[in-house]
Amino acid sequence: MTMLLPALPAASGLPAATDVVAVSETVPDVFRAAPFLVLLPLLGAAVLLLAGRRSDRWGAWFGVLMSGAAFVVGLVLFLAMLGLPVDERVVDHHLFDWIVAGGLDLAVGLRIDPLSLTFVLLVTFVGTLIHVYAVAYMAHDRDRRRFFAYLNLFVAAMLVLVLADSYLLLFVGWEGVGLASYLLIGFWNHHRAYAVAAKKAFVMNRVGDIGLIVALMLMFATFGAVDFTTVFAEAPAASTALLTATSLALLLAACGKSAQFPLQAWLGDAMAGPTPVSALIHAATMVTAGVYLVVRSAPIFEGAPTAQLVVVVVGAVTLLFGAIVGCAKDDIKKALAASTMSQIGYMILAAGLGPIGYAFAIFHLVTHGFFKAGMFLGAGSVMHGMDDQVDMRRFGGLARYMKVTWITFMAGWLAILGIPPFSGFWSKDKIIEAAFVPVDGEPWRAWVFGGVALLGAGITAFYMSRLFFMTFSGRRRWNDGGGSLDGLGSQDGPVRHPHESPRLMTWPMIVLAVGSVALGGLLAAGSRFVTWLEPVTGHAEHAEPVLPVWALMTLTLVLVLAGAALAWREYAMASVPVRAPRGSALTRAARRDLYQDDVNEAVFMRPGQYLTRSLVYADKEMVDGGWMGLAGLVGRVGEWLRGWQNGYVRSYGATMLGGLVVIAAVVLALTTGSAS
Amino acid sequence: MNDSFVAPAVDWLYLAPILVVLGAGVVGVLIEAFVPARVRRTVQVVLALLATAAAFALVVVLWRDPAVQGSDVAPYGVRVLGGSMVIDPFGLAVQGIVVLLAFLAILVIADRTSTGQDAFAPSAAAVPGSPYEDLTRRKGLEQTEVYPLVLFAVGGMMIFPATGNLLVMFVALEVLSLPLYVLSAMARRRRLLSQEASFKYFLLGAFASALFVFGVALVYGFAGSVDLVEVYRSLATPGGPLASMPGLVVVGALLVLAGLLFKIGAAPFHAWTPDVYQGAPTPITGFMAACTKAAAFGALLRVLYVVSLGLAQSSPATREDLFVALWVVTLLTMVVGTVVGAVQTDVKRLLAYSSIAHAGFILVGVVGFSQLSLRATVFYLLVYGLATVGAFAVVTLVRETAPVRERVPATVGAGEAGAPDNPSDDSGEQPVAVLGEATHLAQWAGLGRRSPWLAGTFSLFLLSMAGIPLTAGFVAKFTAFGAAIAGPDGQGGGSTWVLAVVGVLASAVAVFFYVRIIVLMFFTAPAGGADEGSGEGAGASEGAGVTVVRSAGPTTVAIAVCALGVLLLGVFPSPVLDLAAEAVKFVP
Repeated sequence: MTMLLPALPAASGLPAATDVVAVSETVPDVFRAAPFLVLLPLLGAAVLLLAGRRSDRWGAWFGVLMSGAAFVVGLVLFLAMLGLPVDERVVDHHLFDWIVAGGLDLAVGLRIDPLSLTFVLLVTFVGTLIHVYAVAYMAHDRDRRRFFAYLNLFVAAMLVLVLADSYLLLFVGWEGVGLASYLLIGFWNHHRAYAVAAKKAFVMNRVGDIGLIVALMLMFATFGAVDFTTVFAEAPAASTALLTATSLALLLAACGKSAQFPLQAWLGDAMAGPTPVSALIHAATMVTAGVYLVVRSAPIFEGAPTAQLVVVVVGAVTLLFGAIVGCAKDDIKKALAASTMSQIGYMILAAGLGPIGYAFAIFHLVTHGFFKAGMFLGAGSVMHGMDDQVDMRRFGGLARYMKVTWITFMAGWLAILGIPPFSGFWSKDKIIEAAFVPVDGEPWRAWVFGGVALLGAGITAFYMSRLFFMTFSGRRRWNDGGGSLDGLGSQDGPVRHPHESPRLMTWPMIVLAVGSVALGGLLAAGSRFVTWLEPVTGHAEHAEPVLPVWALMTLTLVLVLAGAALAWREYAMASVPVRAPRGSALTRAARRDLYQDDVNEAVFMRPGQYLTRSLVYADKEMVDGGWMGLAGLVGRVGEWLRGWQNGYVRSYGATMLGGLVVIAAVVLALTTGSAS
Repeated sequence: MNDSFVAPAVDWLYLAPILVVLGAGVVGVLIEAFVPARVRRTVQVVLALLATAAAFALVVVLWRDPAVQGSDVAPYGVRVLGGSMVIDPFGLAVQGIVVLLAFLAILVIADRTSTGQDAFAPSAAAVPGSPYEDLTRRKGLEQTEVYPLVLFAVGGMMIFPATGNLLVMFVALEVLSLPLYVLSAMARRRRLLSQEASFKYFLLGAFASALFVFGVALVYGFAGSVDLVEVYRSLATPGGPLASMPGLVVVGALLVLAGLLFKIGAAPFHAWTPDVYQGAPTPITGFMAACTKAAAFGALLRVLYVVSLGLAQSSPATREDLFVALWVVTLLTMVVGTVVGAVQTDVKRLLAYSSIAHAGFILVGVVGFSQLSLRATVFYLLVYGLATVGAFAVVTLVRETAPVRERVPATVGAGEAGAPDNPSDDSGEQPVAVLGEATHLAQWAGLGRRSPWLAGTFSLFLLSMAGIPLTAGFVAKFTAFGAAIAGPDGQGGGSTWVLAVVGVLASAVAVFFYVRIIVLMFFTAPAGGADEGSGEGAGASEGAGVTVVRSAGPTTVAIAVCALGVLLLGVFPSPVLDLAAEAVKFVP
């Protein structure tokens, strides 16, 4: 249809075409492959969804292949990036003009820089491992193919999110991962509770998304653009109030996606999804998107110190919140989810600290991606061996039966505790150090936030050790079918035959365990990782914390060991009751997620329901009534006018003539009126 | 006194698109006389398609012509034959739209579908119900004069918007109308209805032509010329004839506009539309709904702008008064189109009212009176034409069936029910005969389950007509209403935004009847024997089934092109909108 009328000669041709060439000429050739990062998994999702049952047989492996291929592309880009001089390591790859309308000029392009590549590698590598794991984990699910389609969709959306070169495209990815997350949480939606959990996650994410939309609007209104280059270039010149508003809106978005206080309630319920989903989306990648958003938007946050303080506060509150909740959960996945929330709290806290924290936030994000995914897979393996039992009070002594799971889980456990030289030590310790760095004029900050981070490390050690010991050590609390040696409380419940999982499941766990052990040290050596991110996060001068580094490190270790020892005494040496004791007020509160659902229900849900009910009533009675009345009126008028359409030419002619005469009379009257 | 005849210098090149089409029409008449009946139809179809395609190509070539586009030093536009023809970007754009839509319409006209019959009577001269008619039917005669007639009509439509002379405009009006009167009478089925429609169209058309000519006479009396440039000059001269005879110019202009508004189908000159659209053979309905409207709007804009610009120079007050007439017509057209459309039960009549409503919406854009509104009008005409040709093409494929054993006597076949003269039982089940189009809305229930693609594209056309985003109709309405809101000065001055508000409200009402069809097609079970008596089912012929015939190819192509166009223009409207913006230049 564009051929209807020929384009004009060059003079008035669209300028867009020339722009495309101009920009992409500066892109090194290899980076032209970047779109394939997104296209391959997207193709996977499309093929699996469109081919339907026909692809049931090979669908799972096709999904693995697409994810793996994306990883290979990511690796190639990474190597190419290493070959570039440091000051050229931000590559903008313009793809096409998306919306060109008046003052709005939106292009779709990818930004390939150390930050986005870090995410690309994390997402595709861990993603591929989890794909492989899921081949075995989901082997008996008749909808396994659909599961892989969604996983591929998630990988594609997540890559769009991190590779976008504008907030608008980021938003597309942001919504995409939200959709994939929704589909996967509710994958077994024949369970009503799971479907409800999916809906809850979706709705709470929407609340956060409002923040991103508001931020988009504010940016467009202020800068007239939403692409990173323009926004970041012009942000320093904008007013503090505006930057604060934008930052807070972005923070709201981050809170929704990353399950930070006060939008954290959905993450625990999201564990309804199959365990590989929990590992990939709700531990390693999607939930960290909020951290990415804050770090990526650094130029905006840096113009708004108040907003940065709010970020730190949110991080600190969440890290304690998650840690406390984690201490009381008996469901292994929910305990891990609380831990995820708490660990992301650390990252958000670091991201709020400014340039000294950005690199460590991302560093912790990467190591956490490995050890937390590893532990989730371990939990999945345990569930696999225990017929989908998730209650840790029904575990115990499993180390003997699942050696690989036990050892890989141990690697993750030591990593999250921050025991040197495991991965978590290198990243978490740095965050605690950074939190203790004094801020000019506000000395209380270093002590408060540093103290919280330190305390959090201690609590983390307690609840993670509790989880580990309750699962793998101590007395067996499951029915082993009469062959019990220490049989108290183990005769009730169905008989379990715990066994190690198949190789397809253990190998990804082993690889992740290796990462949990060594990745941190490898990247921390010679500040390799921090230097790698410098083109994005900027160079931060080393600052001294209020306490000497060695003192902090020792203090942290002492607290961690104390927490672990306490857990050992309570859950490995002592006998764990099969039914949870009533516990203290704090325990009961923590079990109920510190009453977050009750607060939400009382403050938002019930008034909201009341509001919707009254609105529905008003809609039915007034709006609908009005509409129906109008429709009736239109109908009656129509019927009446239809009567004029009687089929007689004479009356048609009369209508024409009459109409003309009336119109002419009116116009003539007007002209004579205006003439005189 | 100049008594020697000087042959005018004619720039034939600029007339080439028109000449090709009219020439092909003449050749088509000769083909009727000399080519054997066996291949006549094929030759005619190929010729008609080639002629329209060639005309389109020539329009494209002329569009690039520097004399047409103008430059910094030379004005745009070429006046041929002393202004009898004015080839400027605007005229060319309308011509391009007309031939493009005509090409698609001819594809639909030429389709014989899987029934092996086209939509036209074997011999239009046979008296309905006579033994002679039965004979022609059984002999399988075909009336291939359809194609030259269509070409002549297209020729007239191409002259109509591209002339700067009111008399030539009148001639073009007749050239385009007369073939349409004939074509309307040629339906294969429901012939009495078809002939009645044709006769009504003819009578009322003649009436409108008379009004037009009378208006031209009054304008001549005022300006001393029928050349639009002269008319403009005498209007623009302050203290000229206008001061002494304001009534003359006002009435003259109104009469000319009335003639044009009749062709557009604007209220109160719309009454013919539903009857004629319903009675005429459906492919012809699609053709005239789309192409006539485009051509007539082209002519209307040309006249309107001359009058408006001229009056703006000398007497803005008179201009405002004259515009009151346009306002009244616009409002009335939108209201009648949507409100009466909402109570229709026949799909062709419904589309007819929809076409009236669209005339109103386009007028909203026109009344904005600026570059923007011209651009909007050109774009809207294209979009409306695509959706209309496509929608009527879909209607041609949805047919009634009757069990073969109840063979309807030939006498009835000539009348309302149509004749089952093609007992085709390829389904292998109960043999049924395919009859005419199933136009009653109740018969469309559940169509989406049996023919999802057909129903899907029809829904697309309806959504475009309703102006739902991501279809071309939305962009068209948006630009048209936007032009009205911007007003003549482009700053929101004037009060044309009122029209835009009414337009939006009318669109909302119109959505109701478009979406009702979609709901009917996809979410309503087909009317079985049980609920035959209920509500809308009452009008459907008793015991008649509904089937979808397969296109022989051309209709599928036309529908696909229209659907693609509607989608593409909805998603990527910019290139065509830019072209339309280039088309706003025209010489009076």
